[in-house]
Amino acid sequence: MNGNTPKAQTRPFDVVIAGSGLTGSILAVALTGKVRPQLRVALCGRAGADRNDPRAYAIAPGVRLMLEVLGIWERVETRAAPVMEMRITDSRLEDVVRPLMLSLGEGTDSDAPLAHIVPAGALAEAADSILAESAVERVDPGTFRGFETDGGRALLVGSNATVEGTLVVAADGARSVLREMAGIRTVGWDYGQSGVVATLQAEIPHGNRAVQHFLPDGPFALLPLPDNLYSLVCSMPKDRADALAALAADELKAELEARAGAEIGPLTPLTPAVAFPLGLHLARSFIAPRLALAGDAAHRMHPLAGQGQNMGLRDVAALAQVIVEAARLGQDIGGLDVLERYQRWRRFDTVQFAMVTDGLNRLFSNDIGIVRALRDTGLGIFDRLSGLKRQAVRDAAGLSGDVPRLLLGLPA
Amino acid sequence: MKEPVQPAPASTVDEAEIQRFSALADTWWDPQGKMGVLHKFNPVRLAFIRDTVARHFGRDPADGETLKGLRLLDIGCGGGLLCEPMARLGADVVGADASPTNIEVARIHRDRSGVAVDYREATAEGLAEAGETFDVVLNMEVIEHVADTELFMRACTGMVRPGGLMFVATINRTAKAFALAIVGGEYVLRWLPRGTHSWNKFVRPEELSALLAAGDMRILEETGVIYNPLADSWRTSRDMDVNYMVAATKDGTTDVG
Repeated sequence: MNGNTPKAQTRPFDVVIAGSGLTGSILAVALTGKVRPQLRVALCGRAGADRNDPRAYAIAPGVRLMLEVLGIWERVETRAAPVMEMRITDSRLEDVVRPLMLSLGEGTDSDAPLAHIVPAGALAEAADSILAESAVERVDPGTFRGFETDGGRALLVGSNATVEGTLVVAADGARSVLREMAGIRTVGWDYGQSGVVATLQAEIPHGNRAVQHFLPDGPFALLPLPDNLYSLVCSMPKDRADALAALAADELKAELEARAGAEIGPLTPLTPAVAFPLGLHLARSFIAPRLALAGDAAHRMHPLAGQGQNMGLRDVAALAQVIVEAARLGQDIGGLDVLERYQRWRRFDTVQFAMVTDGLNRLFSNDIGIVRALRDTGLGIFDRLSGLKRQAVRDAAGLSGDVPRLLLGLPA
Repeated sequence: MKEPVQPAPASTVDEAEIQRFSALADTWWDPQGKMGVLHKFNPVRLAFIRDTVARHFGRDPADGETLKGLRLLDIGCGGGLLCEPMARLGADVVGADASPTNIEVARIHRDRSGVAVDYREATAEGLAEAGETFDVVLNMEVIEHVADTELFMRACTGMVRPGGLMFVATINRTAKAFALAIVGGEYVLRWLPRGTHSWNKFVRPEELSALLAAGDMRILEETGVIYNPLADSWRTSRDMDVNYMVAATKDGTTDVG
């Protein structure tokens, strides 16, 4: 470390969260309130950063329990729709009737929803309103310029201010500056695909069914929202996605209806279609001395399983518990021995999920006859193995294995 | 240059033992380093100490200041792996070690961490003779390394205030302990240098109980500690055949609480 390190302008914090998107904001919520011991938490970034996020997230049951404990769920519940069934088809556009390959939700001995679809903006607003009345301090250090450690403290150097903490959490997104400054490299690849999102009004009642068609150019999902709306999440080659996003409203409508299939019926876009590039990347390490990566800074994966945000919120659940437990033992919360517990907890889960979603995407994003025949058989068999299916649902729901307490609906 | 330390007469310190641990000193604080096994062991022993203190003194185990105001001695503190957490939980900590290297390492790390610990190059006998007393005495992974366990335990129990606690962690003298702690830990897994432990110095629970009773202390809690190779972590267990910990109290009333 060089001799002219800027001095922190504030008292030292226990935890400095760099990035006020959903992952960072919800981590701040998880570390405040009635949590013992009381930790001094700084949340660096603007309030309301994600309020205009056009996406909607499929929130898994375990993650919903965590949102309940944190008081977020009661604030978003009216804007969320349960998914009672997920119909997965493998189809070509010219197939008028899309043969059902896999139906999740039926036969799981439960009428509990598979997931809830929640607009990202609603989650951001809920977190912001809780934080406004909490002990969490909002700090705006400006653009992140440096990350340094010195003995028991870490310094987050911004263009406007320097913030000091025992632990810094990089929640600054897929292009994390902190990750780069800590010298953590990523592995991954660009899919050459873009995601497209929009909110659509349906005429035929959706009956809280989600639909995922594996079309030859990529997965196409319609996720139910209240008021008979769908959140569209689809991916396709970049040029086609850009072309789709550039269409006029009536052309977009026709294009989406063709992709959705006759069973879904008329769809009216209520928002413009927005395209964004997709890639898979994983940080080679989720931790460095006094630094933990969370959410997209640690991993970004294909959105087809609706799991990207769930993975980020599972990071939050694990990291909050590791921090709180270490503080109760008097351990150094920025120490590698403590952070290693977080890494061990999250990394296997993340890598496994990234590989599964990546594999599914590659398997389905093509139109080669033999691959199609194999996967149709494969999905058909998968659907008949109800025990295996239930396990897959439980895995996707984050209900198996050694689970952080927040995901069981318990305080951290 | 400091003057060489003159071994005190009737000291329980085994010079060869001190040299062995001094050789490890530089890597005390690296969780991936040679003391990695102690770092992995730390959460389970910290939790045992914290939870027993909370029950005994009526404290909150979750408020981050469970040991507030308690005067605590960590005998054989090494690089300070227990002292720093105890200080963060509010204890007024004295860390004692007969190895000047360990004390030096501990001081350097304490200053980097910014916690308050009073480190002393001292033996249990020396502190006892000076009339020091404590609410809590930590005697963790030390007794199996001292030359004279009776003398050592007399000094340790003598420093516990009435109503206070002593924690002892050690290794049982069983065939299983020989297989796991010495053959496994030193030869197979190479967690510790060969020769770190001598089987005949391991202490059986009933011997420990007698040593405590001789100092007017009775055991409140005891637990085994076992290693789970799949999770690469330690947890408490009823199995006390290898590693185990006890908490003992000296009857009487204490003015802290």
